[in-house]
Amino acid sequence: MLGNLMAVDWGFVFEKLILIAVVVTVSLVVAMYETWAERKVAAVIQDRRGPNRAGPFGLFQPLADGLKLFMKEEIIPNSSNKLLFVMGPGLAMLTAMMTSAVIPWGSKIVLFGRTIPLQIADINIGILYIFGVVSMGVYGIMIGGWASNNKFSLLAAIRGASQIISYELAMGLSIIALLMLTGSLSLKTIIEQQQDHIYYVFFQPLGFLIFLICAFAECNRTPFDLSEAENELNFGYHQEYSSMKLGFYLFAEYINMFVSSAVMATLFFGGYDIPFVNDVSFGLHHGQNLLALLQTVSLLAKIACFVFFFMWVRWTIPRFRYDQLMDLGWKKLIPLSLVNMVVTGFLVLLRQNHWHF
Amino acid sequence: MQALTNRVQVVERKPLSFWEKLYIPAIAKGMFITFSHIFKNKPTINYPEKTRPFSPVFRGLHVLNRDEEGRERCTACGLCAVACPAEAITMEAAERLPGEEGLYREEKYAAKYEINMLRCIFCGLCEEACPKDAIYLSETFAPANYTRKGFIYGKEELLIPDPKTQPEEFAKAKGLTK
Repeated sequence: MLGNLMAVDWGFVFEKLILIAVVVTVSLVVAMYETWAERKVAAVIQDRRGPNRAGPFGLFQPLADGLKLFMKEEIIPNSSNKLLFVMGPGLAMLTAMMTSAVIPWGSKIVLFGRTIPLQIADINIGILYIFGVVSMGVYGIMIGGWASNNKFSLLAAIRGASQIISYELAMGLSIIALLMLTGSLSLKTIIEQQQDHIYYVFFQPLGFLIFLICAFAECNRTPFDLSEAENELNFGYHQEYSSMKLGFYLFAEYINMFVSSAVMATLFFGGYDIPFVNDVSFGLHHGQNLLALLQTVSLLAKIACFVFFFMWVRWTIPRFRYDQLMDLGWKKLIPLSLVNMVVTGFLVLLRQNHWHF
Repeated sequence: MQALTNRVQVVERKPLSFWEKLYIPAIAKGMFITFSHIFKNKPTINYPEKTRPFSPVFRGLHVLNRDEEGRERCTACGLCAVACPAEAITMEAAERLPGEEGLYREEKYAAKYEINMLRCIFCGLCEEACPKDAIYLSETFAPANYTRKGFIYGKEELLIPDPKTQPEEFAKAKGLTK
């Protein structure tokens, strides 16, 4: 028994724990400042100024918002299912955070003679893991809506669930075409294939577009925010929630946005690869740690672009009607991704045959 | 149906063309429009730091004026109270005693002068009625207060600072310096 414990590489466990703590903290801080950025972007797009009272450029605004949410009264409705009611936001937060485990945030760093990969878990089915966890995200909405015991919340939850399930199909199909090119489900391998090559977005423009649209739907962002439609369903599934439980739901949405941006950057835009720079020779010349830092910055910059895009779309496009949503998902995106899959498969076969029929 | 006027515009409700059905071009166009707004000038004025200049005829809170030697101009004639359509002004007159010549310009002065800012409609008729140039409407407006009583301004709030003893405050109240 003791021998078994001694055999465990404690340094490995320690470095993974630190990495998890750092990734979770960074996602939370990023989510915090996404709320600030959302309001700022909304403001500049609508010719306003946005939050500018708390601190320079209103940078302390998220802290003030968080404090406000913590101070609010925690209300659990009498008629609600108390266990599920508390579980809902927790589950939403958990699934949002779990996805970040397989995303590579940089190649590797060398500290105290140890080589530490900047990825919590390099599992060879990374994409499947992401899909699995993202599908669990629907439980957060569903449980929240059900436990509230309120017809509007329930309606919103059912809408959200059906939306997420139908867009997951198109998302999966669009990824299959990409997987034919990569031949691997590991995110790390996919990035390494894109390093110093053309990014996969140029091979799979249609696949990327479908994935992008589905990512919007999975994150419940406008134009797919039917599950929290303020003007028709009174704020949707989090209507009965208050205080930090509401905060968790709102936060989970922003973390989802961050992580799905990271996934899109990883799959289609080379992940942590620094554009126009040969990463390996840069690492040899300037040191591995500096390279890893720059790679993380590069990934974060790509994510920031995507997050801005998410917000930009939100303040441009109005919400879909429910039938339009289903129409787009089932009658447009799924056939399109099937066509994309078939064409890609055909071209991949043709390439293997050296472009002879 | 026959058109009633010649201004009627017939709206064609054609089914969408393939290009329009794609939605993507329309969405891209909309996104471009919202993006262009990022670089537009923002009409907002950062209020407490910056203020919009008032018109020269702006009618704000009242000021009881003093003359060049710092004596109160008001003689408590009551014309402002008569002119006031909202009946917001009350005053009590008193006779100037020997030795108070430096405080009050005429033999009679207002011992109590109150304006109820909740009743006042800031019409400026008191200013026009005053024969002694004693009351003016300034460019500040009534700040918020917790009680109704707080809105009844007495002489302490209304009187302009003495130009001899408090020249800086006087200049500020006159709007000469900022």
